[in-house]
Amino acid sequence: MSAPSAEIVFHARGLRKIYRLGEVEVRALDGVDLDLYRGELVVLLGPSGSGKSTLLNILGGLDPPTAGIVRCGDRDLAAAGEAELTEFRRFMVGFVFQFYNLIPSLTALENVAIVTEIADDPLSPAEALALVGLAQRRDHFPAQLSGGEQQRVAIARAIAKRPRVLLCDEPTGALDSKTGVAVLEVLERINRQVGTTTVLITHNADIARMAHRVIHLSDGRIGKIEVNEIPCPARELHW
Amino acid sequence: MKALHRKLWRELWQLRGQSLAIAVVIAGGLATLLMSLSSLESLRLSRDDFYRDYRFAEVFAELKRAPNELAPELSAIDGVRLAETRLQSNATLMVGDFADPISGRLISLPDGRQPELNRLFIRQGRLPAAGRPEVVISDAFADAHGLQPGDQLQAVLNGRLQSLVVSGIGVSPEHIYQLKPGELYPDNLRYGILWLNRAQLAAAFDLDGAFNSVVLALDRRARPPAVVAELDRLLAPYGGVGALLREDQQSHSYLEAEFAQLAVLARVFPAIFLSVAAFLLNVVLARLISTQREQIAILKAFGYRNWQVGWHYCQLVLLMTGLGLGLGSLAGLWLGEGLAVVYAEFFRFPRLDYHLSWQVLLLGAAVTGAAALLGTLSAVRRAVLLPPAEAMRPEIPAAYRPTVIERLGWQGLLSQPSRMILRNFERRPGKALLSVIGVALACAIMMMGNFWQDAADYMIDVEFGLAQRYDLAVNFNELAPQRVLHELQALPGVTAVEGQRAVPVRLRHGHRSFRTVLHGLEADGRLRRVLDTELAILSPPTHGLVLTDYLAEILVLEVGDTVRVESLEGRRRVLELPVTGLVQEHIGVAAYQEISAMNRHLGDGDVVGGALLQVSPAQWPEVNRRLRESPLVAGVGQRLAAITNFQETMAETVLAFSFITSLLAGSIAFGIVYNSARIALSERSRELASLRVLGLRQRETDYILLGELALLTALGIPLGWLLGRLFCWYMTLGLRSDLYRVPLVLETSTYALAALVVAVAALISGLIVRRLLHRIDLVAALKAAE
Repeated sequence: MSAPSAEIVFHARGLRKIYRLGEVEVRALDGVDLDLYRGELVVLLGPSGSGKSTLLNILGGLDPPTAGIVRCGDRDLAAAGEAELTEFRRFMVGFVFQFYNLIPSLTALENVAIVTEIADDPLSPAEALALVGLAQRRDHFPAQLSGGEQQRVAIARAIAKRPRVLLCDEPTGALDSKTGVAVLEVLERINRQVGTTTVLITHNADIARMAHRVIHLSDGRIGKIEVNEIPCPARELHW
Repeated sequence: MKALHRKLWRELWQLRGQSLAIAVVIAGGLATLLMSLSSLESLRLSRDDFYRDYRFAEVFAELKRAPNELAPELSAIDGVRLAETRLQSNATLMVGDFADPISGRLISLPDGRQPELNRLFIRQGRLPAAGRPEVVISDAFADAHGLQPGDQLQAVLNGRLQSLVVSGIGVSPEHIYQLKPGELYPDNLRYGILWLNRAQLAAAFDLDGAFNSVVLALDRRARPPAVVAELDRLLAPYGGVGALLREDQQSHSYLEAEFAQLAVLARVFPAIFLSVAAFLLNVVLARLISTQREQIAILKAFGYRNWQVGWHYCQLVLLMTGLGLGLGSLAGLWLGEGLAVVYAEFFRFPRLDYHLSWQVLLLGAAVTGAAALLGTLSAVRRAVLLPPAEAMRPEIPAAYRPTVIERLGWQGLLSQPSRMILRNFERRPGKALLSVIGVALACAIMMMGNFWQDAADYMIDVEFGLAQRYDLAVNFNELAPQRVLHELQALPGVTAVEGQRAVPVRLRHGHRSFRTVLHGLEADGRLRRVLDTELAILSPPTHGLVLTDYLAEILVLEVGDTVRVESLEGRRRVLELPVTGLVQEHIGVAAYQEISAMNRHLGDGDVVGGALLQVSPAQWPEVNRRLRESPLVAGVGQRLAAITNFQETMAETVLAFSFITSLLAGSIAFGIVYNSARIALSERSRELASLRVLGLRQRETDYILLGELALLTALGIPLGWLLGRLFCWYMTLGLRSDLYRVPLVLETSTYALAALVVAVAALISGLIVRRLLHRIDLVAALKAAE
């Protein structure tokens, strides 16, 4: 089991994101300072509209900030262009979405392969599926898998490229609690075994118990940061 | 405005690109339908009016010479309402300093007045005054040479040069299409119809007190074949060459052939367009309804009735169709008027009033509307039948399975994106197939546009490159001894001379018979050759005859069969001759035989009826001048002028036609590919956005979306080549007649051009959709549930 190290993966200072919706200005992020360390599992906790998805999108290179500094290693994400952000996502980031976003026309194995085929030093798709416990279901299409299984395929797809960071946006949001716990156990195991920095968005306070650190967001600002000296194992979570 | 109506208009606006693409396809169908039907209607009405008002005859007969005293007997034939005798002849004409030989067809008028049948419409001037050397000339000829009443022209009448004064310019129902025998297109510079007083023509051709042509009008209760038989019997002693009914009269039969062509056009093109439009509407509406399941459910939950929901979507279809109807009516009117101008050039009516009747317009609208509603029926039905509670739930996720290629174990060949493309294709094979067929139809239409040029080039190659190789064809007034050929050979610049003879005959086989011409050609002739169906040179036979393959079909003859040949001139011998070969010919039909064998069979000496000349170009004017002055020469045809005329006419009509079909084909290809692409984009945007988030580059997601379209296009093009060939074949079948047969010839360039136009249209629509793909908001696309 690996523990968080002191190496900084993400470094953000004074992050602002302002959306203009017609006449109205929405301050989604309003001065966020944040460092994320290698190997840690962080939960971003907050009600909807608190800015957690916006923060995740900026960290994942989907959206540039309006102002502020955000770096991943020596890469300046705030100044990066579209092509550079694509390269960043391609080699550095693994995404897990609330609604899985699998490709319905590809089998479980192929959904993983579509990412490993473009990565530098990936796991084999079969290995990645084995890591999430779905080796038996590799030739099933998404329509033949349950929601929890689909999300585990999505996790396998995200980790197969050996990303620097795994970003999960409400990964259990569409699942019942039992299935949700099973998915969180997979994320926990990956974090411990592979040492992938994992950022997990949720509005479910219970899930926060499994994190090394819990970052509370409200109204686009960081309210407080809690540190769990001994994170609770995922299997003990319930909601 | 009701809220539901607002929704309608806004959705129409959202779908504007697709709506416009569909409207353009509908417009293409309607425009071709209106163009063909309105031209057909305008031509028919103009022709029928002209025939009625100017008393177009129903039976036509020519003979060598009969005394006027025979006329009452002709009038007395049972079923004949009116018989009118007249004189007809050919002459060489000279107009100003126009150097080429001009052939004139001379027709007599009762001195100083209109005939009873085939009256003249005098466009300008007046009829020739009795006792004056005046003529009415055909308006096409007058236009070509810029002749006005009062102008002069020269004619060699029976070897004597005479000056004629143009008294008027006119048109006759007998010569709406003014075609020199043996040619495919009118050449108004080198062929003209002249009407002059009977007394003058009789004097010139020594036909006082006689006639050599008769036209009949029939009673309503007459039996035309019986009249023809009786007429032939009465005229046979006087050199009658067999009477023709109206349906075999040259001008009339060409008009009929043109009407048939328009009718084919009115069937083929609109059917293609409207079926494509129906398919597109179906696809677009099905997609719209599946994305609006929740809205449909809410509307129904609020108490909207099923039919109201159904009608809502029908209205959307009708609006799109309405746009197409508007565009199509305008385009149809424009094309129809354009076509009428072209027709007015070929077909000489007193006036050709182009009009688009309400009936035609309503028919077009009804056909279009029916096609549109038929196409959308299944999609609308789905909306109507959707139970509200079920509609609230998201649609069941699409089920996929490995493709045939993978089931065959070749999955190693395919990358994941390629598998996605193929599986999307295989999941809805019906839709994919229809899209492929749509692209194929675009390709086929394009080929149909260029087919005419290929066919024409081939016909020129065969007719003028292989078969007719002379420079000048000379026809004599009467049969002449062989030695005349030596005199022609002695003309300056003449490098080769071959004799020929053409005899009107009736061929019979069993109960079938056909009136045609038996040509006598020299055995080893080089200037006029007959080609077999493989284009090998056939030597004109000394025992038996060879005939046009199409004529053999008409008479149900095969090589080796015996055909009965009834000569219609001279001694009128009847022969039984074996068919020794079939000739490939595209213009007209005829039979051929070696000339001396023919003379022997017919009981004539060594005679010729005309000659073919090869002349060095520098000497053409001199040779033409000498021929014109010869009393023996009735007319001279120029091969080069015929080729040029053919090519010019083809260029005028075919280029315009090709341009229009390119536009139509492009619009179909664009409509199909653009709509497929838009729907693919809407179905896959979330998938593609996910892949972009996962790190796929733009061009990698482009490949997934555009690869499907490329595959669609790539499969559509070869199928289109096949369909194109099939449609062209169908058109040639519809246009086969004894006047001409269009050969099914498609050049590689036609295939290539069709593929190119389709590919470019596909590329343009692909680029538009690619731009839309690049604009997708990745974050928003991820948020949405399936």
